[in-house]
Amino acid sequence: MRVLPYGARAAMVDFDDPSEVLGLHASLERDPPDGVIELVPAARTLLVRFDPGRTHHDRLAGAILDRSTVDVAPREAAEIVVPVHYDGPDLADVAAAAGMSAEAVVRRHEDGTYVSSFCGFAPGFAYLTGLDPALRLPRRTSPRTRVPAGSVAIAGEYTAVYPNASPGGWRLIGRTTLPVWDVDREPPNLLAPGTRIRFSSAGLR
Amino acid sequence: MTSKIEVVRPGIFTTVQDLGRPGLAAIGVGRSGAADRGSLRLANRLVGNPEGNAALEAVLGGLVLRFPAPATVAVTGAPCSITAGGRAAGPDSPVFLRAGEDLVLGTASRGLRCYVAVRGGIDVPPVLGARATDTLGKLGPPVLSAGTTLPVGRRVLDHPGVDLAPRAPLPDAPVLRITPGPRVPWFVPGALSTLASSGYVATSDADRVGVRLSGAALRRARDGELPPEAAVPGALQIPPSGQPILFLADHPVTGGYPVIAVVDEADLDLAAQVRPGQRVRFRLTQAPVRSWSAGVS
Repeated sequence: MRVLPYGARAAMVDFDDPSEVLGLHASLERDPPDGVIELVPAARTLLVRFDPGRTHHDRLAGAILDRSTVDVAPREAAEIVVPVHYDGPDLADVAAAAGMSAEAVVRRHEDGTYVSSFCGFAPGFAYLTGLDPALRLPRRTSPRTRVPAGSVAIAGEYTAVYPNASPGGWRLIGRTTLPVWDVDREPPNLLAPGTRIRFSSAGLR
Repeated sequence: MTSKIEVVRPGIFTTVQDLGRPGLAAIGVGRSGAADRGSLRLANRLVGNPEGNAALEAVLGGLVLRFPAPATVAVTGAPCSITAGGRAAGPDSPVFLRAGEDLVLGTASRGLRCYVAVRGGIDVPPVLGARATDTLGKLGPPVLSAGTTLPVGRRVLDHPGVDLAPRAPLPDAPVLRITPGPRVPWFVPGALSTLASSGYVATSDADRVGVRLSGAALRRARDGELPPEAAVPGALQIPPSGQPILFLADHPVTGGYPVIAVVDEADLDLAAQVRPGQRVRFRLTQAPVRSWSAGVS
């Protein structure tokens, strides 16, 4: 891992192995170095915002590089099962592009165990890793102007649930009625980074 | 006695803002809040509010508000003409309205964003701990429209002992201090110096999310996509065109273009007052472009 300066009040930790992001995140969250005020995981990086009155880049970098990125107990939260109706408008296209039947796409999506690796794009939009390599397809060439809330989608190495209606270019394979995002709930986000997730259509077909 | 404000004319783009939702980026929620935080804080102080009370942020002013009950307000930020119940009033100063009177803001003569605080604060329901409208994350109350009624709260401190806060005028060509961002090596050598030595012009592609700038292109030294990574307010993202995008209050929590530099937090208020067509310059205040790696000292 490398620690890069990000302006005067933040550092960005850059990893070669994306699986290290959550390890360092958990370690720094459990025992934050002096002056750290916020941690923001992303695909290959962890942003560490700090109070420049309490620490500085050199000192923080030293504290971060001392940490292990692997020796972290898995998050205690139970696995979340997201019930899915696999009737998304892109399911047939995904099947054709992946060279398999729609049923096989569904089976492979259901068979995966996913980990929320980071949030972005919109409040509560969690990028879930663990997608079957056979289902890794680029985004739609033309994004939709409106994707309904609860849409279950795939793009590249990720799968996700759209927390609210928004524009979007991911391929929609299904939908869920499970509210993954609710500002009146504590916490509002069901799929926080580190959470394990499975998708299941059992009992819904 | 619950007080309220009636929006007679909403201006071109007026939102409710406070100091936003810091600390929630990991769940995809940006800080948001007033683009010019100093002006929001000042407006609140002038009416005896806690600094974080919700107030109005009006792009270019042009607002008419009616107060059914007596009220104390203050207007800060971009300077504009102000009348209160038909009487001329000044900016950066407490302004008193009698029941039924209108507060009228003219069009800002310079700068971009006016702030209107009312004693007690705008009391719309908080979302995730703040009343700010996040235009990108779609959180908080809607953009103001004519006929909207805004409740006024009761979160107040003592009346302040000042009747005018002197403020330096907004500069014609602001200089924004920058420090290096994480992706300097993605650019050709000297790109950071080019950024700091060339003037840029703010384009009309400017909102609470960010401002697209136009000027010397910053060329990449390498191709390829950057996976999404977290951003901060003030980040200067460089898309393939080489023309910088300066992130403001409602910037995306993660972005996919390399960040070459970051505008200092202390200069973000100034950045939020830059108008389309205005020139800005950047000044590099910290040279060491280095990184730290395990096993290397």
